[in-house]
Amino acid sequence: MTDKDKTPKPTTPAAEYDKLLEMRGIYKSFGHVHVLKGIDFHVNKEEIVALVGDNGAGKSTLIKTITGVHKPNKGDIFFKGKKITIHSVNQSRSLGIETVYQERALADQQSMWRNIFAGREITNRFGIIDVKTQRKETERLLRESMGFTSKAITVDSQVVFLSGGEKQGIAIGRALFFNADLIILDEPTMGLSLSETKKVLDFTRKIKEHGKSAIFISHNFYHIYPAADRFVILDRGKIAGDVKKTDISQEELVLKMENLAKTGIFE
Amino acid sequence: MLKKPLLLEHKLDLSILIVFISIFLLFIIGNPAVFSRFDIYYSFMSTIPFTAILAMSVTLIVVLGMMDLSFPSVLAFASWIFGTVFTVTGSMPLAVISSLAVGTLAGYLNSVLVVRIGVPSLVATIGSMFFWRGAVNVVARGKGISLVAAQDTFLYKLFVGRLGGMIPAQFLWMVAVAVFFWVLLKRHRYGAHLLFVGDNEQSAEMMGINVKKVKTIAFMQLGAFSAFAGILSTLEVTYFWPSQGQAYLMAALAAVFIGGTSVFGGMGTIFGTFMGALIIGSLEAGIISIGLSGFWIQFIYGLIIMASVSVYATLLRKQG
Repeated sequence: MTDKDKTPKPTTPAAEYDKLLEMRGIYKSFGHVHVLKGIDFHVNKEEIVALVGDNGAGKSTLIKTITGVHKPNKGDIFFKGKKITIHSVNQSRSLGIETVYQERALADQQSMWRNIFAGREITNRFGIIDVKTQRKETERLLRESMGFTSKAITVDSQVVFLSGGEKQGIAIGRALFFNADLIILDEPTMGLSLSETKKVLDFTRKIKEHGKSAIFISHNFYHIYPAADRFVILDRGKIAGDVKKTDISQEELVLKMENLAKTGIFE
Repeated sequence: MLKKPLLLEHKLDLSILIVFISIFLLFIIGNPAVFSRFDIYYSFMSTIPFTAILAMSVTLIVVLGMMDLSFPSVLAFASWIFGTVFTVTGSMPLAVISSLAVGTLAGYLNSVLVVRIGVPSLVATIGSMFFWRGAVNVVARGKGISLVAAQDTFLYKLFVGRLGGMIPAQFLWMVAVAVFFWVLLKRHRYGAHLLFVGDNEQSAEMMGINVKKVKTIAFMQLGAFSAFAGILSTLEVTYFWPSQGQAYLMAALAAVFIGGTSVFGGMGTIFGTFMGALIIGSLEAGIISIGLSGFWIQFIYGLIIMASVSVYATLLRKQG
């Protein structure tokens, strides 16, 4: 870990690229199993893309090529207009790509201010943590950036007291705080109640309010419909559909998805 | 401003403090003649530091949700190195440095078993516990080493001398080590990583924390502090003996758990361990001086341990 990872990066100035992330002709196979078969996928600036598909469609493999877990066999990845090769999770993080996993996001017994700065503590040169600044920044992040109003949630609260949706909110807030440009939410609503799902969607909208983008992965697009700008449907390793929400109603989307399940064609 | 609710950590620290004060009140009431004089405290100050230093050091391992049973054996082997190097070379600094180096290396060996090979820490350190004790038996052949000559060295005075003829130096070392560990665990980046890894290893890895390194350092520091406690205890009696350290195993672990550190990892209190070590270290003398026979000692140890861990389990359950 390098020093620059530990402190918040300055906000990037207005960029001169039109697509935040672009992937062209991505192929990935494991032995004889072809998981990704020529994926063209992109995320625009300030856009929330819903990546929808059944289990085994290739969602997680696609995400793992973005986060540096897997290297594609073929294909190019561009981030902020520059061609990149991602070797590791830490490298993708330092580029500004952050993944939020439901179960792995936070440590339960630790306080909020320790969770927010986990692995990126603000320290002096002897490694002593600047507790005051970390607490202050955590307070700001909770109240201003993420809009937590409950008095029950403080900088000293242990994560174990938070609901599932609130935990996602903290993890999203943390990614925003460290200036992630692209936040990947991996099944963030799985196992959550309706009201908790709504909370997660509210937090997801905050990502856009902060001028950043997100990929929201789910096998249930009902969960994402309210917050997404665009739907990318993945089916057996290929992009089956790519539609903007402005071009399609929820009913049409449902019909097309049902059709895809029956005939293999998204229309 | 809103009154802040008492955090669990503070509740734990407060309860151990109450236990400590109650026990000492009991002693003072039970035998005011002994407990109003300095002698008994002098005796505590010279004997408790060895257990306390070990207990605070092993707290870091427990915070990781792991265990180490080998530190008394490492202590013995490092003490043998210390005694032997001093006897052969006559150089105290060289003896101290080689002992610390061997201790650290022994800690590293534990980390190789646990972190690289993947043996559960409890199992791995049962192995290294026998290994290092066996090594001591082999090299020392059951014989002790007299270190009376060490009394004339500067380091002897620095480690176990008597400040103003009254305060044992090892007591000051214990306090310094306590401050060091408190800062390390609560205020240093390494402590934050230690707590995070102990709490949720996967999450720690995802946040870019080098989990293997955190664990390796934890075992190495315990090796080093075992050697340090070994040096202090060897110098205090100016004698190395092959079964050295054995009494510290249960005493140090009891201090950690009486102090309120959770065996599940993710939380730990140096203050608690410190208090726990003071309690464990003063019980024996206390029990005798209030007029109970020595047969009561272990019985009362057991009572206090069972009572304190029950209180902590209740506190944890109520908050969860």
